[in-house]
Amino acid sequence: MAKLLGKLHEEKVFKDPVHRYIHVRDELIWRLIGTREFQRLRRIRQLGTTYLTFHGAEHSRFSHSLGVYEITRRIIDIFQEKKTWDPEKRLLVLSAALLHDVGHGPFSHSFEKVFGVDHEEFSRDIILGDTEVHRVLLQMGEDFPVQVAEVIAKTHRDKLIVSLISSQIDADRMDYLLRDAYFTGVSYGNFDIERILRVMRPTEEGVVIKSSGMHAVEDYIMSRYQMYWQVYFHPVTRSAEVILSKILHRAKELYETGYTFKRELSHFKTLFDGNVSLHDYISLDEGVIHYYFQGWMEEEDTILSDLCHRFIDRKLFKYTEMVSFTDGHLLSSYFTEAGINPKYYLVVDSSSDLPYDFYRPGEKEERLPINLLKPNGDIRELSRESDVVEAISGKRRTDHKLYYPLDLIEAIEDTTLKSKIKEILNR
Amino acid sequence: MFEDHLKVVTLIQEAGEVVGRKKLQKMVYIAKKLNFPYQEKYQFHFYGPYSEELTLKIEELCNMGYIHEVKEKVSGYSQYRYAVNEEGQKLLSTYGAQIEKLGSCVRSMNEQSSRFLELVSTVMYFEKLEKDEIKEKVQTVKAKQKYTEEEMDEAFLYIDSLKGQVQ
Repeated sequence: MAKLLGKLHEEKVFKDPVHRYIHVRDELIWRLIGTREFQRLRRIRQLGTTYLTFHGAEHSRFSHSLGVYEITRRIIDIFQEKKTWDPEKRLLVLSAALLHDVGHGPFSHSFEKVFGVDHEEFSRDIILGDTEVHRVLLQMGEDFPVQVAEVIAKTHRDKLIVSLISSQIDADRMDYLLRDAYFTGVSYGNFDIERILRVMRPTEEGVVIKSSGMHAVEDYIMSRYQMYWQVYFHPVTRSAEVILSKILHRAKELYETGYTFKRELSHFKTLFDGNVSLHDYISLDEGVIHYYFQGWMEEEDTILSDLCHRFIDRKLFKYTEMVSFTDGHLLSSYFTEAGINPKYYLVVDSSSDLPYDFYRPGEKEERLPINLLKPNGDIRELSRESDVVEAISGKRRTDHKLYYPLDLIEAIEDTTLKSKIKEILNR
Repeated sequence: MFEDHLKVVTLIQEAGEVVGRKKLQKMVYIAKKLNFPYQEKYQFHFYGPYSEELTLKIEELCNMGYIHEVKEKVSGYSQYRYAVNEEGQKLLSTYGAQIEKLGSCVRSMNEQSSRFLELVSTVMYFEKLEKDEIKEKVQTVKAKQKYTEEEMDEAFLYIDSLKGQVQ
């Protein structure tokens, strides 16, 4: 491998509220951070619509990516002393850690669902396509960009380096849990990361945890569990996400039926047509999306303008626990009768709409568990050793809520119809 | 409402009973790659394409009382069996929709071993590569599974036969 980029003349540091300092000693990493594709991550929030619930959650995918890089760098510093670690892999892992989210777009989750795009494919395209990131990586050797892309896609032959970025206990999760807890202001996302890093051990099949560090890992597992219910799946955040998704659906539907928008759709046109290019994709960020939503508030189409008003002005849908299938269909017909389009105003949101992998051992070969390394060299799956983890892994992980606009229901003039709707919603 | 959940119930119903979460994961992935209307997002994991979204959806269907899950111990590990129960049958008869040509594909997949479906789904995951490159890739990412040349050829033939069934 031709390594044309070496060490920086002097170390660069970024101040970081989670890790205190992020240290950059390699010219490669410094140059990657400076690329336009990576700088774009400053304009994409890490937690999408969560800022509408937790106002502090304004942190970006840029700061998270730096955090994942920093944790990986610290792990490698510890691994350098181990015989099972190959120091030649260092820059490959660090590049993959830094770039693991480079393909994320604004409000990725909703965009992926509505437009069928995949941020992982865009990560690959950014790393291998005609981009600044690709040109920097290429300076490390012709094969280097492909290797970085394979580590991120989890298809690289080296399971250990894949597991550092993506496994049940990896640099990505450790950073986002700590960072999201810090910026949302909640107190339950914390765990002893220093301890976990010290008890990680490299093996050919991935990272294992020295069994003396089990209690630190228990805290980490508990943190994942609590952050999901308290932050990631917060019903108010989900309400904003539901509205965002419906805005995108409505705009796409209008476009496909030949509706004339007041504002030129230059950024959205190829998305609506299903042939978005890398160039178009990279030009999207949250600022652009808000610009369109502000404009769509003035559209003639009342559904699109209403949904945009709700999103921008935070007039969100109310929610209730999911009603039965039969009641759901009944509600849908009542909404239609009342002139409220159920396709846009009556929405079920399930836990599977925001898949989040709680830790559980699963069945053989379903997915890789967290393994503990016993003093005698035996490997044991975490929940077989930890009562705390075993208890959590059996907990309910599913939830369904029904979202609706209470203000529109209150405004229904037909009082009988209105009470029928409210009667079902209040059951 | 719950259209994507209903499609999963339909697949399990067509299969009759599916033994093993890994097998069910691969069956839905292969069905998706054959252009049946499954929307679950898959990522590559150690054991091939895997969807956390599907895992949760199945758990939701179990909690809602439409799918029956049986956990059993097989040589020290847990294994799960899935079948549509009476409530699920009622749900399908009221709200379900037929997915044309799905039944024969699903029944065929269900007759295969989960090891073979892991290979088939992995081959399909790398379908943009040339055949020789796919074989090389499978040997790299699945080195531990030690798939033989014959098994790989069989996987390619099997994919062709499935594609033939849906045309």
